[in-house]
Amino acid sequence: MSEVVRTTDGAATRSARRTNWARGFYRFRQNPLSVIGLVIVALLLLLALFGEYIAPYPEHLNGEVNVANRFQPPSAEFWFGTNEVGQDIFSLVLAGARISLLSGIAVIVLATLIGTFIGVIAGYFGTWLDEILMRFTDLILTLPALILAMAIAAGLGPSIPNMILALALAWWPGFARMARGEVLSSKAELYVLAARAQGAGNTRILTRHILPNITSPIIVKMSLDVGFAILAVASLGFIGIGVRPPTPEWGVMLSISRSNLPHFWWTAIFPGLAIFLSVLSFNFMGDGLRDVFDPRARR
Amino acid sequence: MLRYLLFRIALIAPLLIGLSMLVFVIGRVLPGDPAGLAAGPYATAEQRQAIAAEYGLDQPIPVQYWRYITGVLEGDFGRSLMTRRPVAGDLAGYLPATLELVFFSLFIAILIGIPLGLIAGIRRNSATDMTIAAGTLSAMSMPQFFLGLVLQLVFGMMLSWLPLSGRLPFIISPPPGVTGFYTIDSLIAGDFTAFRYSVLHLILPALTMALAPIATIARIMRSSTIEVLQQDYVQTERALGLPSSLILFKYVSKNAASATLTLIGLYVGWLLGSTVLVEKVFDWPGIGLYATNAILNQDFNPVIAVTLAIGVVFILANLVVDMLYGVLNPKVSNKQ
Amino acid sequence: MSLLEINGLRLAMRSFDGETEVLRGVDLTVGENAIAGVVGETGSGKSLTGLSISRLVPTPPGRYLGGTIRFDGQDLMTASEDEMRRLRGRQIGMIFQDPTTNLNPAFRISTQMIDIAMNVAKSDPELIGAHARASRRARRAAARQRCVDLLGQVGIPDPQTRIDAYPHTFSGGMRQRVLIAMALIGQPRLLIADEPTTALDVSVQAQVLELMSSFVRERDLTMIFITHNIGVVAQLCTDVSVMNAGRVVESGNVRKVLKNPDDSYTKELLSAVMTRDTPRPTRNRAVAGAVT
Repeated sequence: MSEVVRTTDGAATRSARRTNWARGFYRFRQNPLSVIGLVIVALLLLLALFGEYIAPYPEHLNGEVNVANRFQPPSAEFWFGTNEVGQDIFSLVLAGARISLLSGIAVIVLATLIGTFIGVIAGYFGTWLDEILMRFTDLILTLPALILAMAIAAGLGPSIPNMILALALAWWPGFARMARGEVLSSKAELYVLAARAQGAGNTRILTRHILPNITSPIIVKMSLDVGFAILAVASLGFIGIGVRPPTPEWGVMLSISRSNLPHFWWTAIFPGLAIFLSVLSFNFMGDGLRDVFDPRARR
Repeated sequence: MLRYLLFRIALIAPLLIGLSMLVFVIGRVLPGDPAGLAAGPYATAEQRQAIAAEYGLDQPIPVQYWRYITGVLEGDFGRSLMTRRPVAGDLAGYLPATLELVFFSLFIAILIGIPLGLIAGIRRNSATDMTIAAGTLSAMSMPQFFLGLVLQLVFGMMLSWLPLSGRLPFIISPPPGVTGFYTIDSLIAGDFTAFRYSVLHLILPALTMALAPIATIARIMRSSTIEVLQQDYVQTERALGLPSSLILFKYVSKNAASATLTLIGLYVGWLLGSTVLVEKVFDWPGIGLYATNAILNQDFNPVIAVTLAIGVVFILANLVVDMLYGVLNPKVSNKQ
Repeated sequence: MSLLEINGLRLAMRSFDGETEVLRGVDLTVGENAIAGVVGETGSGKSLTGLSISRLVPTPPGRYLGGTIRFDGQDLMTASEDEMRRLRGRQIGMIFQDPTTNLNPAFRISTQMIDIAMNVAKSDPELIGAHARASRRARRAAARQRCVDLLGQVGIPDPQTRIDAYPHTFSGGMRQRVLIAMALIGQPRLLIADEPTTALDVSVQAQVLELMSSFVRERDLTMIFITHNIGVVAQLCTDVSVMNAGRVVESGNVRKVLKNPDDSYTKELLSAVMTRDTPRPTRNRAVAGAVT
């Protein structure tokens, strides 16, 4: 594929793009919920990267226990209290952000890659290839993602990478369907026909003309899905597939806390709130992004 | 209508074959060495071979699939490697419990979600609409297992209003099985104590499961309501003097609800998926809990069977919804 | 005496780029038993004027800046929503452009018509020929009979059974007849028809026009006929008002205005039409010449 240098209209395109961004950002700010979501998401990403360094009791993250301090209620010393082996729950929740967020994002990135690839191939080349790929996609869609991911994760064996792979393998059909639909509609656009008339090959048409036009709906879907992927990661942890103790993970922490109820409620409430808050903030942010890219969606 | 139904049923067959192959690959091929798993880590090579031969695991995969699928058609899903009981029997016992939970939750979700979305759509961009929007997003972000724990903590442990887990207390014997739904069976048997207890036991898990679908249904209902409100016929109905309550709650709501309800099939899939979480929290003896335990024990026959059952329920639910759509939407039923 | 008098009606609509004044002082007088044509281009404000009479412009995004609408002596701009609701369907009927979208697809014709009939009968049971004290069932039966009769009168064959059909089983022309019948249930004094024939085939157009004009003549009706089609105005209307950019630029007797227009915009509009074979401005001659 050759590199094209646009000399004449390059500047105009760039400035138009900048106005587009400005307008998009304006629309995003219109919705206070999405701004709140964005801020929390940014904080969470910081936690995911640096959480273990700011944890007040970093030694607890490596499995160190302090049985003398077990089941301390929330206090100035232990903000979120301590668990059944005397570990500081606040430190564990901070560190848990890494597994939850990074796995959630990894699942969606992987699912997007698989799904977009399959969807674009199916939509662009059509005919029997489309038929086969889409029937397969429909087949996967007859199984609830969580069940399918559980089965695959169980088959692959428990580990974090396997859990991520399992969730991605259950998650891609949504992206495939969407990408296929977008490709089908942009394939018929005049500029694609014009490019083809000028003798552009399939690769060039796909990468230069079709992919750029399907990215924004895909980005919106990605941002809306990350929250649910985080939820799915925590769900697998809760069931006991995927992340295993002592790795600090919110779903696992909740699962263990069940036997501490009702007296030691803090062992459940704080990890649960952490999941809720991060899923919620991604959803708020995704909602805002959708308004930016598809203003008709919210009327 | 009948021809359409037959046509749809004919379409299901290849889907079921594909589904069984997929599930078989996941359950038998992915794990690598099921015989080794069944025999345990300390088994000798001979023991392992004996188990492989007993379960036919030494055969080539296509042969294994053929054996499995012919067995399934005769109602034989194999034996659970761990419990050594036939999976089919387990499934028959657990599936009704799950379906009772799913139907009850779906009922709650529709009952609350549709009016909520209608109100939000009618008063769009008002404070009510914003509140509902924030509420639905929060509901969708709430992890079910956390919600379940909180409900248990508050209503089961602190207030002691509702039972914590299970389908019935130990001292109450389940009603004779007709449908497998304790609520319905106890009514059939005229056993009102059992009926009361089975409803009480359903409330918390069903609410836990219904919260997210309530939110999804409300959001979809909101946007369909907004779309319907912009239709010309609403203006005509206004112009000819019909009271707005009649327009909104009779004319608009039916159009918007039929658009929303066509998506119910999708919620059924979602609800089936979430049974694994909710049943674990509430110790609900359904297929979700059964599958979870099987997976944790690397016991693949139950996993295959449950996955297959869930796929079949999902496909059937969508068929029913398609039929329902024909009833709700006169245009479709007339064409086919 | 005039049935409807609009004076200096001003309406602004809010959009992305702020507020735009779309009606900028509309004056319109419609005499009893007249067929008043309102012509103008798309965006001239003719439809919004029609909707304003029934107060159906949603506010917001609309906002009235001033003016009065007097219907039979009553000021509609200050009337309450409740009072308006009693006028709609009962005193003022409306027919809109696209018959395919103006009937609710999810309900039988009978459901929609009987609901309207039952509603107008609340204030005036005579309309369906039933006593106010008659049982609900008896009133429903009377309402149904009245609707069947009306469907027959607008030319729906076999109305007794067709009334229970769903809208999508009717053709466009038949649906517009149904809508005309609906608008007539309350025996309104004023019928506002907003481009009622534009979406129809040319041959069907002529039939529907014929039907409407016969109704106006037979039943003590006054009609406002909103259209962009001067040809139709020429064959149907007694009076005409020409609208441009939110104002009525010229109005009067249909022959006078079309033969000797005073206003420059009217002249322009007519000359644009004259390039085709324009029907002569004679009343009630069913000519199918659609001019756009």
